[in-house]
Amino acid sequence: MTKFSNPSASPDQRSQEATNPHSPVVEFGADKPLHLDSGVVLSPFRIAYQSYGTLNADKSNAILICHALTGDQHVANVHPVTGKNGWWETLVGPGKPIDTDRFFVLCSNVLGGCLGSTGPASINPETGKPYALDLSIITIADMVRAQAMLVDHFGIKQLFAVVGGSMGGMQVLEWASSHSDRVFAAVAIATGARHSSQNIAFHEVGRQAVMADPEWREGRYLEEGTIPRKGLSVARMAAHITYLSETALHRKFGRNLQDRQNVTFGFDADFQIESYLRHQGMSFVERFDPNSYLYMTRAMDYFDLAAEHEGRLADAFAGSKTRFCIVSFTSDWLFPTSESRTVAHALNAAGASVSFVEIETDRGHDAFLLDEPEMFSAINGFIRSAARARGLLQP
Amino acid sequence: MSVNTTSRVDFDVIASLVNPGARVLDVGCGDGELLELLQNTKNVDGRGVELSQKGVNESVARGLSVIQGDADSDLKYYPDAGFDYVILSQTLQATRNPKNVLTELLRIGEKAIVSFPNFGHWRMRASLLVNGRMPVTEELPYSWYDTPNIHFCTINDFVDMTREIGAQVETAVALNAFGQRIGFNMPWGFWNLFGQQAVFLLRR
Repeated sequence: MTKFSNPSASPDQRSQEATNPHSPVVEFGADKPLHLDSGVVLSPFRIAYQSYGTLNADKSNAILICHALTGDQHVANVHPVTGKNGWWETLVGPGKPIDTDRFFVLCSNVLGGCLGSTGPASINPETGKPYALDLSIITIADMVRAQAMLVDHFGIKQLFAVVGGSMGGMQVLEWASSHSDRVFAAVAIATGARHSSQNIAFHEVGRQAVMADPEWREGRYLEEGTIPRKGLSVARMAAHITYLSETALHRKFGRNLQDRQNVTFGFDADFQIESYLRHQGMSFVERFDPNSYLYMTRAMDYFDLAAEHEGRLADAFAGSKTRFCIVSFTSDWLFPTSESRTVAHALNAAGASVSFVEIETDRGHDAFLLDEPEMFSAINGFIRSAARARGLLQP
Repeated sequence: MSVNTTSRVDFDVIASLVNPGARVLDVGCGDGELLELLQNTKNVDGRGVELSQKGVNESVARGLSVIQGDADSDLKYYPDAGFDYVILSQTLQATRNPKNVLTELLRIGEKAIVSFPNFGHWRMRASLLVNGRMPVTEELPYSWYDTPNIHFCTINDFVDMTREIGAQVETAVALNAFGQRIGFNMPWGFWNLFGQQAVFLLRR
């Protein structure tokens, strides 16, 4: 671990984004408390968001995008910290399958996040210091409750669609289950109705890496002016492997050496894959709050939609009028197709309208963020058909 | 799952049997052509199941509610009487357990519409009689060793099976080699000889 490069963005810049973001923020005061699954009442709290396109007169053209574990609200604009393009610009934008010329697209930083919504890096109004671990554990359902309050804030009664991948897909399923009359169409990509034991295991490795870093300071690193850089990097490195596939890794890196002819008989990053992972780890630290990573991973671990319905997943969608589109990828071993198929079968059993496509790709879980024409074509067909049914598009 | 793509003369017959606005499940929906026809002409609330991923993705891109699945193993996930019609077009002969599939169709749907190639057609019989080999025709172009059609039956065989599972034949249509309907009031034996395709509307 001696070869970590110095990050270009400072922790200051990142914590700045947590408390004073480059996004509009809605403050929910004492009159609008949020009752969390943990039993804690969170008040006040705030939600940062980005929006694209125009809300129509009857407010029927809104699409909510739910971001993944390490994603944020910057779906289709340049990221204020990294300077990179929006994370889903392939799917969202003018003339894209989620067409911002036609739809009002909304994406909020999830509760517990670190890009402006209330999270562990936010200032606790009771102490004047960052929450750190004093913030209650946040669940996927809590994230969705907070999003529903944001949707209320815009006066939107029913979302035309809720769309998301991975942890975002969990939020989509939660929306469709607990707010089904507010969701006309739902697109859940590379996700599942629960987090598997293996997935919890990987998250635990990540959390332990963060907490084992002495710079973590029992979560109080912001007050103490430190940053558990190495811990969060290792967490990201381990997680990143789960987002890829063996085939894709081998195709991209093989056993190629990094800027050298021979191995060095040491622990430098001899292999390209090592160098790549170290870079992934370090650049993640620049833009993500370590405690927020703990909270996000925990939210995913706790998600189990069937458990909330006596183990019957179909009951989570009973009587649903929502149209569903479920998408999985052949090489995704984090959320394998079998998880999506379980959701599709439950939706069938509930009599819901469901499309389910499995996309052939070797790019693993991350495929949902990449240029996958067959995925775009399926989502485009689904969205257009739903828009016709909703009267947003001429037949 | 839907394996005969060379001739879909049965689509119009199937469409004529479906009431407007009905809830329809097409098992083995292929690329969604029939479902789209039914949505456009009969305004049905249509769903589909298709084995091939290519067919599913094409169907979804058309805006249809289709999932990847297997008629033999996945029909059990559907609730009782969730549909007015369950359609099985040119797929029965490719299932592993046709009798079980047919029973499932009538559990899921108030009615079932089944179309299949009639192996009792005189050309099949003649081909086997004269050549002594499994028939390979324009409509059924596969050789015996690579055919997905593992359970061929004749119209007479099918009628027997409907009796075995206690299904009522509400309407039956046989189509000749030119896709024309063979007249009513003919005995099953006549249809079995001259019908190249058969379409049955069954109820419980």
